[in-house]
Amino acid sequence: MGSIIELRNVDKTYAGAIDAQALFGVDLSFEEGSCSSIMGESGSGKSTLLNIMGTLDVPTRGEVFINGQRTDTMGKNRLAELRNETIGFVFQYHYLLPEFTAIENALIPYLIKSGKVDKEILERAEDLFDMMGISNVKNNAAARMSGGQQQRTAIVRALINNPRILLADEPTGNLDSRITERVCKNFREINERFGTTFVVVTHNSEVAKHTDRVVKIQDGRIEADI
Amino acid sequence: MVAGIGIAISVQIFVGLLINSLQQSLVDSTMGRSPHITITSSVDDVTIRRWENMVDDIEKIAPVEVVSVSASGNAFARRGSTSKPVLVRGFDFETADRIYNISDSIYKGSPYQLRSEVIVGKDLSEELELDIGDRLTVSTPGGTDSALTVSGLYDLGASSINKTWLITKLETARKMFGFGSRVTSIEVTVSDLFRADIVANKLEKALDNNNIKVENWKEQNQQLLRGLEGQRISSAIIQAIILVSVIVAISSVLSISVLQKTRHIGILKAMGIKDRDAGLIFLYQGFLIGLVGSLLGIALGLSLVYAFVALTTVEGQPPLFELRIQYDFILRSWLIALFSAILAAIVPARNSLKLSPVDVIRER
Ligand SMILES: Nc1ncnc2c1ncn2[C@@H]1O[C@H](COP(=O)(O)OP(=O)(O)OP(=O)(O)O)[C@@H](O)[C@H]1O
Ligand SMILES: [Mg+2]
Repeated sequence: MGSIIELRNVDKTYAGAIDAQALFGVDLSFEEGSCSSIMGESGSGKSTLLNIMGTLDVPTRGEVFINGQRTDTMGKNRLAELRNETIGFVFQYHYLLPEFTAIENALIPYLIKSGKVDKEILERAEDLFDMMGISNVKNNAAARMSGGQQQRTAIVRALINNPRILLADEPTGNLDSRITERVCKNFREINERFGTTFVVVTHNSEVAKHTDRVVKIQDGRIEADI
Repeated sequence: MVAGIGIAISVQIFVGLLINSLQQSLVDSTMGRSPHITITSSVDDVTIRRWENMVDDIEKIAPVEVVSVSASGNAFARRGSTSKPVLVRGFDFETADRIYNISDSIYKGSPYQLRSEVIVGKDLSEELELDIGDRLTVSTPGGTDSALTVSGLYDLGASSINKTWLITKLETARKMFGFGSRVTSIEVTVSDLFRADIVANKLEKALDNNNIKVENWKEQNQQLLRGLEGQRISSAIIQAIILVSVIVAISSVLSISVLQKTRHIGILKAMGIKDRDAGLIFLYQGFLIGLVGSLLGIALGLSLVYAFVALTTVEGQPPLFELRIQYDFILRSWLIALFSAILAAIVPARNSLKLSPVDVIRER
């Protein structure tokens, strides 16, 4: 199986009063269906790397391929479509829209994609809520849920379009160890059931243990790849 | 949020309708009972020849409402030892009535029927102590004396008329002044009195007659017009100020919601919403807020106007002015509010185009 994510010699410099280089010549690729984590000290460039993989940010130099397509030169609209259909994001904060219920929030990426909600997608959403163990709160307003429930709703939202890639940046950063354990197991289950490629940025070595591969990054360079 | 816009628009509607109604009432009370265009003779004997053809032509040339002819001249009215200067006005009663509304103004007696009958204004009747059936003598500068009988007393609302006009049959006036079959003026009303000058110009050109003068009320009422113009300008200024505040209200409401929405838009972009659709969210929101706010504002403004009229109306007295609901004005205000809401939404919509999801994620 080929690489679904591939970075070639990627540099990233944040322009400013003092230019800050966050990534130095990163070569990295992930196999389709793999489950990996990225670890490193604070400020080492993990989020920068993940955002570039997810096409939210562009490299200063180098090339990025998703699914064999070069993305660093793509137009904004095509990137939006690519993200919508191929990549799901989970961040440390859930970013749910407070005016909507959990299930409505989860359906937003599908709405963006097809402009409507049908029975099939509702069933899929309910399945995912079940899987995450939060079907009891799926009709709650997003603001009226616990942090763990909100984060798991955000995970359902990331998975609703059945993306081939799920990128997570400290998804368990705000969760207690019990929920963290549970979310890790969910990730594994989804990885095995749907063949979704997982890349998880984490500080937590317990989380990293659930993955098959750990990429260590220091000062913007890949230090180890286990 | 919507309330701010609603209040601004209700003020716009309230002020606009009041000013316009007052203006209309003022014009109507000044001009409602007089000809809008008057054609007189410019030759020495003050009469118009071949006026019958002219009346026919006028009706063909321009859309006029009433065309009435009159034979008029200055004279003295005498009763006993008192003598007063008067203006004898010979009218065909039915036609002139459509301009001056004479029949409704007769408060005692009845219109003239015979050639020897006149109706006399309120003030003149008091000065000459005239009542129904009394006789008076009218002497013209040409030296003719005519004896006439009072058939009715009128009050046309203006004391200058009530004091001087002796209204009688066309034939009576003609004979008195020796006009033969001629008349001294043709009086015209038009449906839109503010277009009287345009119609007058058209008539003047088309009639193309050196022996007549065409005048319209606008020339003769410069002062009133200036007053109206001043009112119009001040009302325009008020409305412009209100319009600006409507736009400011709408854009501040929207910019607050933009601050709240920025994070959401950023995250929606991460989920693949296209820039254009993200921008449309704001336009749509601006449109909705503008729609609801302006409809509320119109309802509120109309209720204010009605409340104002109700409060200022004293039982048994005529209202201060006649309320006119100008639908085109309301429609215009509504469209402006809607348009400015959308316009105000364009700025945040444009800013949302530039927004990158990374900016939002980094903020945390
Ligand atoms: N917008 C920015 N402008 C300038 N410098 C930035 C910007 N974003 C990140 N950096 C810098 O780039 C480097 C990498 O940042 P990044 O957020 O990728 O680190 P991280 O590994 O995710 O850290 P953490 O574990 O704390 O989230 C840091 O030195 C940071 O200061
Ligand atoms: Mg980070």
